[in-house]
Amino acid sequence: MASRRVKITFPEVLVGRPLVYNLGSKFDIVTSIRRADVGAETGWVILELQGDEEEINKAIIWALEQGVRVDPIAGDVIEG
Amino acid sequence: MAFASALHCRECGREYPIEPNYVCDFCFGPLEVTYDYDAIQKAISREKISDGPMDMWRYDDFLPVSRENAVNLGTGMTPLLKADNLGKELGLNNLWIKNDAVNPTYSFKDRVVSVASTKALEFGFETLACASTGNLAGSVAAHGAKAGMKTLVFIPADLEYGKVIGASVYGPTLVTVNGSYDDVNRLCSELADNNPWAVVNINMRPYYSEGSKTLAYEVAEQLGWRAPDHVVAPLASGSLFTKIWKGFNEFAKMGLIDEVTTTMHGAQAVGCSPIAKAYDAGVLHAKPEVPNTVAKSLGIGNPADAYYVLKILKEGGGAAVAVPEDEVGEGMILLAQTEGIFGETAAGVVVSALKRQAEAGVFDPDETVVAYITGNGLKTQEVVASSVQPINIEPNMEAFEAKVNITS
Repeated sequence: MASRRVKITFPEVLVGRPLVYNLGSKFDIVTSIRRADVGAETGWVILELQGDEEEINKAIIWALEQGVRVDPIAGDVIEG
Repeated sequence: MAFASALHCRECGREYPIEPNYVCDFCFGPLEVTYDYDAIQKAISREKISDGPMDMWRYDDFLPVSRENAVNLGTGMTPLLKADNLGKELGLNNLWIKNDAVNPTYSFKDRVVSVASTKALEFGFETLACASTGNLAGSVAAHGAKAGMKTLVFIPADLEYGKVIGASVYGPTLVTVNGSYDDVNRLCSELADNNPWAVVNINMRPYYSEGSKTLAYEVAEQLGWRAPDHVVAPLASGSLFTKIWKGFNEFAKMGLIDEVTTTMHGAQAVGCSPIAKAYDAGVLHAKPEVPNTVAKSLGIGNPADAYYVLKILKEGGGAAVAVPEDEVGEGMILLAQTEGIFGETAAGVVVSALKRQAEAGVFDPDETVVAYITGNGLKTQEVVASSVQPINIEPNMEAFEAKVNITS
């Protein structure tokens, strides 16, 4: 079983959507929230995704298509 | 000797052994090196430091590796220059420039990579790696060559060829990755988690970032064992900024300098200014953005240490300043034409932010202000190409006298 640690950042229009729930119900993965800060205008969730590598990839692509940002928890690793 | 005792989570405080690890297993918070400060206090003195080597390794008691095994290209102890001309222009009587553009690969990255590569060897890694669009690539490739390590550098496929040469000359395996900046970022992060490499700013990050503390130690020592009243430094990931702050405070904690009352000012260009935007909004979490700035070395849209920068600013009364893109080149030219220092675009951002803060009356004219210049202008010449305005003449005295007025 693979595991991926990601940070999902929500724009204002998506803050109210049950995105983390949908990740777990639409795909065969387990989501585990480790830290989060969600307000009225924006929010972020740091979570672990566990499942088959391919299923995790599909889930991330779906999340990106919904309009959220999905970043590695290390932040931007490409430095100038 | 090294006094690093553990890694601790900056969020929940859990401790971990000194290993190639960068994230807390429990809350996924970033890990930072913990030191045995009681032991450091017994070992350290101004005299001991002053008698050390004339490079950054004179401060090895505050680093997670010792100088005996250091992968050292001669980094650090760069000049701290009194900037009287620029100071006069800005109404500042005690302005200083920390010129870190004169490091071995021409940027401050040599400080962090020197520590990361030394630690990587200590851990037994054979491969040193990074993902970079410029300064970091050159520094990793150079240190990998010096250390005799295999070196792997990932760059976006659309990166300008000229920027690649500064790394490729040292002989790394250079991998160009297709896709958007975010695609490249995600791939490199995954590769780092799944391969036995020392990726300097990922699994080596807790050690790597400690190298930036030497920027504070040197300034404190060069100022005569005191911290400045103000610091102006660039903001990319935020790591350099937070470590300068940490460095001054560690010196104070050890009694090497008085209590730190320094006000920190961070500088970004508008085209990539998530930290400045969060500062303006009064929040502690920066919203990620896609970088679109001429200051490529500051182009980090999702800065890992944004929260910690914003916390320092909130608690210490500093500021994060975003300068317009057209002021980046102006800042580079102002620095070059007043102080004879050709800094890269990040330097232009710092000088323009310094100018804005000075014009806003943020500094008392007699306060000590230190501006950090972190990279060499020869790497980003295209931004100041407009400064090339030669006067063309025929090879005779008449032509010279007719066209050239050196008093203008």
